[in-house]
Amino acid sequence: MRTISVDVVKSAVKQGFLEICVSANRQVELALADLAKESKGLSAFALDIMSRNFAIAKEKNVPLCQDTGMAVVFCEIGQEVYLQGGSIEEAVNQGVREAYTEGCFRASVLDALERKNTGDNTPAVIHYEIKQGDGLTLRIMAKGFGSENMSRLFMLSPSLGEQGIIDSVVKAVSEAGANPCPPIIVGVGIGGTMEKAALLSKRALFRELDSTNQEPKLNELEEIICDKINQLNIGAMGYGGKTALKVCIEKYPTHLAGLPVAITIQCHAVRHKVIKL
Amino acid sequence: MYLSGTIYTARDAASKRILAHLQKTGEMLLADKIIYHAGPCPKGKGVIGSIGPTTSYRMDAYAKIFAQNGQRYSIGKGKRSIEAEQAIKAYGGVHFDAIGGAGAFYMQKIQKADIYLFPELGAEAVWKLEVVDFPIVVSII
Repeated sequence: MRTISVDVVKSAVKQGFLEICVSANRQVELALADLAKESKGLSAFALDIMSRNFAIAKEKNVPLCQDTGMAVVFCEIGQEVYLQGGSIEEAVNQGVREAYTEGCFRASVLDALERKNTGDNTPAVIHYEIKQGDGLTLRIMAKGFGSENMSRLFMLSPSLGEQGIIDSVVKAVSEAGANPCPPIIVGVGIGGTMEKAALLSKRALFRELDSTNQEPKLNELEEIICDKINQLNIGAMGYGGKTALKVCIEKYPTHLAGLPVAITIQCHAVRHKVIKL
Repeated sequence: MYLSGTIYTARDAASKRILAHLQKTGEMLLADKIIYHAGPCPKGKGVIGSIGPTTSYRMDAYAKIFAQNGQRYSIGKGKRSIEAEQAIKAYGGVHFDAIGGAGAFYMQKIQKADIYLFPELGAEAVWKLEVVDFPIVVSII
């Protein structure tokens, strides 16, 4: 049994959000800079502003995007961990509260019907997974809604198979157009039930740009879909050129009568971090 | 092109308020002004926090009635609906793109910022902004 204070969780969440909302993901920063060099016209103009934006945010210590998102936290907890000192849910929310208040990040979370703002960007969306061992991993993400609004779920007929999956993802990206602030990263969840597919698509986004899928078949599918998306020629803010920097797929067994496919779109302001405690 | 002058923020909640005010009083707030679809971060050391454009299609529902009543100029991001595009064109309006996600960059282009309407809306309040060399791209004209 390993004892971890929930205060440690709170501090990790706080520090994590303070960092990711301000500092651009390094691999995305490099990818956009490279893309800017090979682009022309308005695409080059947009990509240049995106690159300069990353530099200004870091230099001035301000959020790179004003939509500092809804906080999403995946807690992977070893079953041999004893969480001491209070509720982990409250610790995560307190970390978010302190980060968003002290960091001057926008409080965007409100009651879904009354539309009354909670004032401190809480509550976070928290997912818990129990694993073997005594580890504790927090996967945190500040998810902006320009891209989240473009996310989609398709409950496909199994007869549509792999081609149906490819077509669904390309359709979602095509219809999203410039709205999710391309160049984007596309998280795809295949299988499970409706909510499982959605969770897989969100979790897939924690992979870095230079990662490869451990499953060769999925790796191949990621490349096929990414190529198809890039033939759409949406490009930076819809000005043409490369649309997707990467497609990340996770899958899970599903029911013989179904083929759920969920797509979470991530804007170029990628803000996530994996914290191992 | 690069814009210098005065613009006003208005996004989802403020647009709803402006419509309600119009229906109640007949007065079109922000007529002849340039509306920036945006909601800033709280200000830190500068005059305002990060403030890039938000997705404009969510304001499409207001485009026609606002244009009919003299509010014809907007800055945002993403594709507008056919109805919104037609309304902007029919009333001699212009819609501009700003570059999405570039909140810190656009923050630096603002020299003065004051809350102008609906302070209770927080990030969604209407801000009056004095901008200098604010890059935009003509999208609908």
